[in-house]
Amino acid sequence: MPEACLTFEDLTLGYNSHPTVHHLNGTIAAGSLTAVVGANGSGKSTLMKGIVGVLKPMSGQCRVADGKRIAYLPQQSELDRSFPARVVDLVSLGLWPRRGLLGRYTRDDREAVSHALMAVGLEGFEKRAIDTLSGGQLQRALFARVLVQDADLILLDEPFNAVDAKTIGDLIALIKRWHGESRTVMVVAHDLELVRANFPDTLLLARRPVAWGRTADTLRAENLLRARRFDEAWHDDAPWCAPDDGHEHAHAHDHDGHHHHEHGEIRDRPDHESGPRPA
Amino acid sequence: MYDLLIAPFVEFGFMQRALAGSLLLALGACPVGVFLMLRRMSLTGDAMAHAILPGAAAGFLLYGLQIVPMTIGGLVAGIIVALGAGAVSRFTVQREDASMAAFYLISLALGVLIVSLRGSSVDLMQVLFGTVLALNDDALTLIALISGVTLLTLAVFWRALVAECLDPLFLRSVSRLGTPVHFIFLGLVVLNLVGGFQALGTLLSVGLMMLPAAAARFWTARVEPMCMLAFAFGAVSCVAGLLISYHGSLPSGPAIILSAGTIYAASIFFGTRGIFNTKLRHHRHRTA
Repeated sequence: MPEACLTFEDLTLGYNSHPTVHHLNGTIAAGSLTAVVGANGSGKSTLMKGIVGVLKPMSGQCRVADGKRIAYLPQQSELDRSFPARVVDLVSLGLWPRRGLLGRYTRDDREAVSHALMAVGLEGFEKRAIDTLSGGQLQRALFARVLVQDADLILLDEPFNAVDAKTIGDLIALIKRWHGESRTVMVVAHDLELVRANFPDTLLLARRPVAWGRTADTLRAENLLRARRFDEAWHDDAPWCAPDDGHEHAHAHDHDGHHHHEHGEIRDRPDHESGPRPA
Repeated sequence: MYDLLIAPFVEFGFMQRALAGSLLLALGACPVGVFLMLRRMSLTGDAMAHAILPGAAAGFLLYGLQIVPMTIGGLVAGIIVALGAGAVSRFTVQREDASMAAFYLISLALGVLIVSLRGSSVDLMQVLFGTVLALNDDALTLIALISGVTLLTLAVFWRALVAECLDPLFLRSVSRLGTPVHFIFLGLVVLNLVGGFQALGTLLSVGLMMLPAAAARFWTARVEPMCMLAFAFGAVSCVAGLLISYHGSLPSGPAIILSAGTIYAASIFFGTRGIFNTKLRHHRHRTA
């Protein structure tokens, strides 16, 4: 069994005491390529934020294996496109994990940056101001930055939004290359055909894990149907989730020893259903 | 020509001091202004200048028109407001513009109240509009120290500051420096405003910070040249303002700021990214 790159232990993430990802247990194996799918509001982006650490868990924890470097491409970048920077400046930010605040950029670093730009098809764009890029070109530049980061765990949140078919093909090729280099990759995606064709594993979320495992098993019709029937709204009158509930499940999981969730295990948790409640 | 441009600085000690003081001030304040502008915090400088008032006024009330107590008072008040407003915006849903407005208004009211305890509005004018022609050694040393600290801090935190401006979420994903660097930057703003209030007054010191930066934006699309250019504009404004004030017997602070304002106005129209070049001139375009 491959070692775990990422371990969720009873992880609950959310906002204002309302869970968005509820009691998630399981592991992401090192070197795996996982798609995260689910409807809007099902907790995909929240899970990504939780893994990176920009959102603190409400309970439980998310452990990244020691020494694993994370690269994160958010769905809603806070990138300020009016800032006077060139493409090469943007991509060079990816050198931060290696060089930090004061480390000097070496010739190798500059070569890594230009290789990354070449890999995403942006050679010759080095000196272009970022406010002159199209949406797809910017997305390629951000992929180049992820390349430069040279991370072990790569998190991409809806990287294919507003990107044309050719660019999607190029980006998928890059993702497969990372997979081939034994990096661990998690990608939030909406296009199920794309997921079926390219991702070995899939996590199906609906504010709680609905199914998690091999893509073909996860994306079966009955799972998709269940994922669609989740309750997206917050309920202020929802009962508090008892603290010891989660521990039980964490234990249950510790013993199962398998690195993926089995559907059955997820299904037998009626107490955590976020289904409609009587008002 | 010599009489017009050089002689005032050669013949009079106070003019030399004024020149040295304002140039040193520009050295630190102009790059800080560039980042304020790029972070869309241009009006924050203005708010912070108001925020400094109660501290400076308290120092003034207790010790009279003396640089050290007024500076320390201004620093304390400025840092309280910067930290308070920054913390509210970082840790609550409120944005920085609203929290900054709230904190500086409270601070300004407090300041006016304190100054009024002392009496006449002439005093208030002195605190607000400064006296660049009466810089003593203490004040010069202080300004030199402040611009030194500013340049050093900017050099050390440059990469983090640029990353925090360009893509704050990215910086948060790779480093914990995001929040500290924001506060360090606010600290620099306060420091430079406090340095400027003796020379130019609390209100006009913002002008030397923001106007050259705003003007430089019309000339270049990169940060490093923008900072240099902002300093160059600031320096020219200082020289020109002092000369105008000398020859025309005008107050020096407003003369310096109006010089900077003139450069800004000219840049709007004639800068390489100004109106004439981007809007009015008919552009040819290439085939690809």
